[in-house]
Amino acid sequence: MNARSLPLLCVFFTLALAAALLSQSATPPSLTLLSKDGRRSLTIVMSGDQEFVGLDDLAAVFQLAVHEESGAITVSYKGKTIVLTPDQTLASVSGRLISLPAAPTRRGARWIVPLEFISRGLAPIYDARLELRKPSHLLLVGDIHVPRVTVRYDSVGAGGRLTIDATPRANSTVSQEGQHLTIKFEADALDITTPPLPTPANQDLVQGVRIVDATTLGVDLGPRFAGFKAAAQPVDTTTRLVIDVIAAQTETATPAPAPAPDLPGAPPPTELPPALNPPSVSIRTITIDPGHGGDDEGVRGAGGAKEKDLTLSLARRVKAVIEGRLGIRVLLTRDDDRNVPIDERTAIANNNKADLFVSLHLNGSFRRSASGAAIFCADFDEAARKAAASTGNERLPTFGGGLRDIDLVRWDLAQTRHVDQSMTFASILEQQFRGRIPLAEPAIDHAPLRVLESSNMPAVLIELGYLTNTDQEKLITGEAFQNSFVQSIYDSVLRFRDALASGATQ
Amino acid sequence: MRPRRALLFAGMAIFAILAIVASVVVMRFTPRTGTRAAAAPSPTAPAPPGRKIKAHLYYVSDKGTKLIGIERDVAYAENAAEQAREIVAAQVGPVAEPLVSAVPAGTTLRALFLTDNGEAFVDLSREIAAAHPGGTVNELLTIYTIVNVVTANLPAITSVQVLVEGKEVDTLAGHVDLRRPLTKNLAWVQ
Repeated sequence: MNARSLPLLCVFFTLALAAALLSQSATPPSLTLLSKDGRRSLTIVMSGDQEFVGLDDLAAVFQLAVHEESGAITVSYKGKTIVLTPDQTLASVSGRLISLPAAPTRRGARWIVPLEFISRGLAPIYDARLELRKPSHLLLVGDIHVPRVTVRYDSVGAGGRLTIDATPRANSTVSQEGQHLTIKFEADALDITTPPLPTPANQDLVQGVRIVDATTLGVDLGPRFAGFKAAAQPVDTTTRLVIDVIAAQTETATPAPAPAPDLPGAPPPTELPPALNPPSVSIRTITIDPGHGGDDEGVRGAGGAKEKDLTLSLARRVKAVIEGRLGIRVLLTRDDDRNVPIDERTAIANNNKADLFVSLHLNGSFRRSASGAAIFCADFDEAARKAAASTGNERLPTFGGGLRDIDLVRWDLAQTRHVDQSMTFASILEQQFRGRIPLAEPAIDHAPLRVLESSNMPAVLIELGYLTNTDQEKLITGEAFQNSFVQSIYDSVLRFRDALASGATQ
Repeated sequence: MRPRRALLFAGMAIFAILAIVASVVVMRFTPRTGTRAAAAPSPTAPAPPGRKIKAHLYYVSDKGTKLIGIERDVAYAENAAEQAREIVAAQVGPVAEPLVSAVPAGTTLRALFLTDNGEAFVDLSREIAAAHPGGTVNELLTIYTIVNVVTANLPAITSVQVLVEGKEVDTLAGHVDLRRPLTKNLAWVQ
């Protein structure tokens, strides 16, 4: 490479990155490799529910030598080896065992390996840093700064607010050119979903956000735009950029647009709230529990829809949206068609220190007319509440000598400590569902549901509707309902995160 | 004479020992009727024929999301445990249209006993779980049919633990926690 070709290469690289990122949602999916040297695409091969890549493709990109002999596949890189065994999910990396979510599989003349082979097998022995971002199908190679960027827009009084989070932290500059704002990030590329923001319902102020190039976002402004204030602040590992969009004063004869109903206590329309949110008590992990599975089908509709299949497919969609747009880790209690014991479902959430637990179910009634979605919180009778309160602190000796106070609670009553926050989340869900999907009356209920009682975090169980009602079955299996449901969950998580940050649920 | 006398004493002693052993064995293996009256009321005390009490039985509401209470005649019994049995047997029995029961058809009462602190253990046949159509609301209606029909009609009984085929179960259909006795909850009755 000579000095004269460098600018040309940079332009090409930038355009290529933008094209790659814009085409992420296209099917079939591909894995985009980003490095200082440029960008490449690897074809993703689906097998069952798992995403695979060709071992020969990886060998060509990363200069790996692949040998197959006596029933084993040996992958070598600079004297280090990975040994894979066909139909085995365990592999050896420089003598250490790793586990893969699926076994290497022969597809025609080539071997394909699950994407996790890159992060768990190749990354430990490769010279440069390899970071696999599975939800966005990105593989970062070497020292490259590609923050995950999420964008949201809220109406605040007569104005509006864009909140743009970049994780890990990335500085940015905001400038105005006519009816557009340009946000330029100091990064090599952006990890962002397309489009970055669903089209706002009211486009008077902000018409949309689009990707301009690999590191730049553009905000298209509406006719009522009068000015903006931007401020950035680090929150944990995130840089949060808040742009308050100020509306032009309208004729007093026309009433000001109603403030968002879910922002209780919002200041009067003419006065914008402080530009920055306080540092958030962030939600890092959410566990989604697709109800039933395997030989336990749950409810079966007259048209043949099975509860266990619907809960799994919706849980996967919720996971993809929340991980892709918010960068929050989402764990599923099952990602295939199997029956997981109830206590194991809760244990997955507890052991991974999830900040929120959502169990998805479909309802059944002995009467075919029953309809509507309902949100359930745990219900403890007086005896259970007393039992939970009678535990509490205990002073135990520690290994290093001395004593330590341990806060104890019976595991099957762990939810007693989170009933208020669970109820807060249930109320937010109800607000978000209302007007989007049919709700039962009452929409929130309490019941001694086992999967909630042992959850050591805010936890709710959502019944999406009644499969025993033929009309509801048709509705729930349709794309429009499912999109509304997934969007409602996404919006609820955002608002719950804000509620936690503002201390409203403490 | 002396040896014959000794032999007589020995014989008497052996007879006495055998008699004691035999009586102990007989006492041990004879059922002690009436000692667990509360847990298993004596079948020798039937109610006077034809005498009835009024009890509230529970069925699924028209909307399918709550229970409704219907007053029915149920055979009178001499004690609380037997009366609870009569009520639960009437509740899980067949029902005519337009009423719909939240207890799956074919479910029978296997046993019912009470503890001194007001808990009832209601042991139902496998159909209550195996024939259950599923769904959280359905399961809640099934459970609270049993819990409420016992606690609402017999105020001395404050909580009910449902057993299936004589055993504690986690849930009937994957939702409602049955590891603990449940107290009356009329919120599920409209």
